[in-house]
Amino acid sequence: MSLLQTEGLTRRYAGLVAVDAVTLAVPQGGVHAVIGPNGAGKTTFFNMLSGLVPPSEGTMRFAGQDITRGKAHRRAALGMARTFQNIRVFTEMTVLENVLTGLHAGMACGLAGVVLRLSGFRRAERAAVVASRAALDAVGLADHADALSGSLSYGDQRRLEIARAMVAKPRLLLLDEPAAGMNPAETESLAGLVRRIADGGTTVLLVEHDMGFVMGLSDSVSVLNFGRLIYSGTPAQARSEPAVVEAYLGARLAEKLRARHG
Amino acid sequence: MPAWLDDFLWTYQNLINTLGVNGLLALSMYVVLAVGQLSLGQAAFMGLGAYSSALMTMKLHLPFFVVLPASCVVPVLFALAIGVPTLRLSGVYLAIATIGLGEVLRTVYLNVDLVGGALGLNGIPERAEAWMIYGLLVVAIAALWLIGRSHVGRAMEAMRQDPVAASVMGVDVQRYQLGALLASAVLAGIAGCLSAHQSSFIGPNEYGFEPAVTILSFALLGGIGTPVASVVGAFILTLLPELLRGFSDLRLVFNGLIIVAAVLFLPRGLVALRMRRRAA
Amino acid sequence: MLAQQLVNGVLLGATYALFALGFTLMFGVLRVINLTYGFYFSAGAFLALFLTRNLGFGVWAALPLAAIGAGVLAVVIDAALLTRLRRTKAPELSSLMVTLGGVLALYAGMTAWLGPDIRRLPPGLISADAIEFAGVRVTAAQGLILGATALLVAGLVALMRFTRLGLALRAMAEKPDAAGLMGIDTGRAAALVSFISGCLAGAGGVLIGLNFNAIHPFMGEAMMLRGFVVIILGGLGDIRGALVAGLALGVIETLTAGFVASNLKEAVAFALLVAVLWTRPQGLFGRAAIRRA
Ligand SMILES: Nc1ncnc2c1ncn2[C@@H]1O[C@H](COP(=O)(O)OP(=O)(O)OP(=O)(O)O)[C@@H](O)[C@H]1O
Ligand SMILES: [Mg+2]
Repeated sequence: MSLLQTEGLTRRYAGLVAVDAVTLAVPQGGVHAVIGPNGAGKTTFFNMLSGLVPPSEGTMRFAGQDITRGKAHRRAALGMARTFQNIRVFTEMTVLENVLTGLHAGMACGLAGVVLRLSGFRRAERAAVVASRAALDAVGLADHADALSGSLSYGDQRRLEIARAMVAKPRLLLLDEPAAGMNPAETESLAGLVRRIADGGTTVLLVEHDMGFVMGLSDSVSVLNFGRLIYSGTPAQARSEPAVVEAYLGARLAEKLRARHG
Repeated sequence: MPAWLDDFLWTYQNLINTLGVNGLLALSMYVVLAVGQLSLGQAAFMGLGAYSSALMTMKLHLPFFVVLPASCVVPVLFALAIGVPTLRLSGVYLAIATIGLGEVLRTVYLNVDLVGGALGLNGIPERAEAWMIYGLLVVAIAALWLIGRSHVGRAMEAMRQDPVAASVMGVDVQRYQLGALLASAVLAGIAGCLSAHQSSFIGPNEYGFEPAVTILSFALLGGIGTPVASVVGAFILTLLPELLRGFSDLRLVFNGLIIVAAVLFLPRGLVALRMRRRAA
Repeated sequence: MLAQQLVNGVLLGATYALFALGFTLMFGVLRVINLTYGFYFSAGAFLALFLTRNLGFGVWAALPLAAIGAGVLAVVIDAALLTRLRRTKAPELSSLMVTLGGVLALYAGMTAWLGPDIRRLPPGLISADAIEFAGVRVTAAQGLILGATALLVAGLVALMRFTRLGLALRAMAEKPDAAGLMGIDTGRAAALVSFISGCLAGAGGVLIGLNFNAIHPFMGEAMMLRGFVVIILGGLGDIRGALVAGLALGVIETLTAGFVASNLKEAVAFALLVAVLWTRPQGLFGRAAIRRA
């Protein structure tokens, strides 16, 4: 059975359909990519999956539960985590504290335990710090644990966001353009990191424009164009699928025309 | 106790108690600002605590150890009535509704005979002692400090900075916001009870618009990096008018300008410390 | 009796609507709850007092001049308090706090300067006559309120509907980022909207001052409560909603005062606000966008 299943998922905005009746199944395990030209609806699709934007129509199931109406924080508890296309780290917190917030859903201790510093609370805090340091280590930010997150470089903030999202060992990790703004060396090490996360048992669903990155890494590719799912299958076949080629060529052509005629 | 200390305490007793009460009020503002919300109902909650507790003491003759904790019941009920619907919406709704609450309660106090109308309530027994006020202040600071250094404090700080990202981390943002508003109502209600039972008089104009804004200026001047910072702000703004008595007409002008200056030029407040957000 | 109450209610509601229009316009276009707004109401009333008492102006000259004065004041204060926050795209609660601090300073400064007492307009400024029709009395002051409100509202609606400026402002209200596209820069839009809103508030202050013949520094603060109720009832930023809600509130308050108890009218207004928040937070017409955290 698939880990995530959407059925006719649709989101309308005034005057446009950002995501149009997308039916998609993401199996348990592996790395899966969602690609498509700018404005195809990829981020909107992710926002619906993570509960930030309510769908206009359609349903979503995750890990055997209907999550169509569930709020964002409930999905974290079910084991869904994500990063954002426009980085959203908590800039006024330290790097380590940022990663610790990623463990929030699993912290069960109540207010009494917090105020009285009961042993259960202290144990949970210690375990959380150990797990967070390990996550920072995995993304190569261990040395920056006590720096303010806002002082990190752009690439480091991206990696911090990944650490924050993966620290709770989610079942599904959504990455929205994780390689944006990275140089080739950084992109390469990011690919290794994503592979390791997937090997650790987390299913990864990612949006990315860097085709080399996507093709080398993904077990399956889904293509969105104007909100519609126009292809879903292996990466190799995607290249030879006429609809996909057309969507990309069309987008390129339009861009060229725009550049020429300003 | 040496005679001079006794003298000193006697002369300044009122001021000392007021400082402590204002410290509690600053904390009640702090908990709301710390989750990224703005409530201007602190003075209204304080008034509800003051009036309800004074009535419990004077009409029902309840002992103070019952009245003090019970004084937060009415403020909490009002906080629920306003907080539950507004916290589903954008932050301006809570701010607007809580300013409105203060204005309305003033006209209600003015017109209801049970609470003395324009004359207010006189002759409230002086049962609040300085040790109670400061004991509660210390307990509240300690509790907020300990909460701040835990997953709860991290969640609060996260949602203050970016509620969307916080919700994706699993923080139930609305529940935290409501919790903070209720905690704020409890603190303000208790502060109201303490102040009513140390000054022996309460009146309808003590809990309106001006005190509401003044309480905000406490927290903004001190800063909301740590709970102590907002209390420091309250102490400064309570002592300053005592030192500058000649300018008492302009005290409120000054409080208003402090808010303007703090938001525009000093967003972290005077005590711009950052709290460590973990316990291990 | 009931007919008289209804007429009084509509007349009172007309001033509420007039007052709330400017408030909701500011929010709709500039996305700021500007709490200094109530001060322009007080300022308009005091300007009219000064013009009539000290300079001997008649009511026809004092009303527009006081309104314009309040509008200019609104532009200056908006520029002083909000320019910086607009530039840095600060969160809406920061703007709200700045205007809150600003309005406390303004009220307190005005009180320190002019004293807290209630003042009265010169006697005979407006005729004390009343016309009576089918047992309903309408005083000259009330007639003026109705006429001036109708005129100002019609002017505002015409401006928003039929001019390029109005089109640009409405585009801004719908899509804040579209301002640039419409060729209007935010600073100018803020000045324009502040001016229009300040004029509406100032005119409201003069009219209420005339009607009740009582002018004091904090009169705008009491009015703000009505402003809150009306703009939430009508939907934040919704002009038509503010008109209807203003009239409705005036009628409800007058009926409460007439048939229940006059000192409960604020409480009833506020209960209405809370009830709307629980049941229809998007306002009566459900057009105002409910923006979440
Ligand atoms: N809140 C919104 N209101 C109106 N339209 C929106 C909103 N969010 C997205 N859209 C529109 O929906 C469409 C899809 O946007 P989306 O951000 O999902 O695309 P995307 O595939 O992520 O693009 P990119 O590759 O540039 O990130 C776009 O046309 C966008 O303008
Ligand atoms: Mg995108």
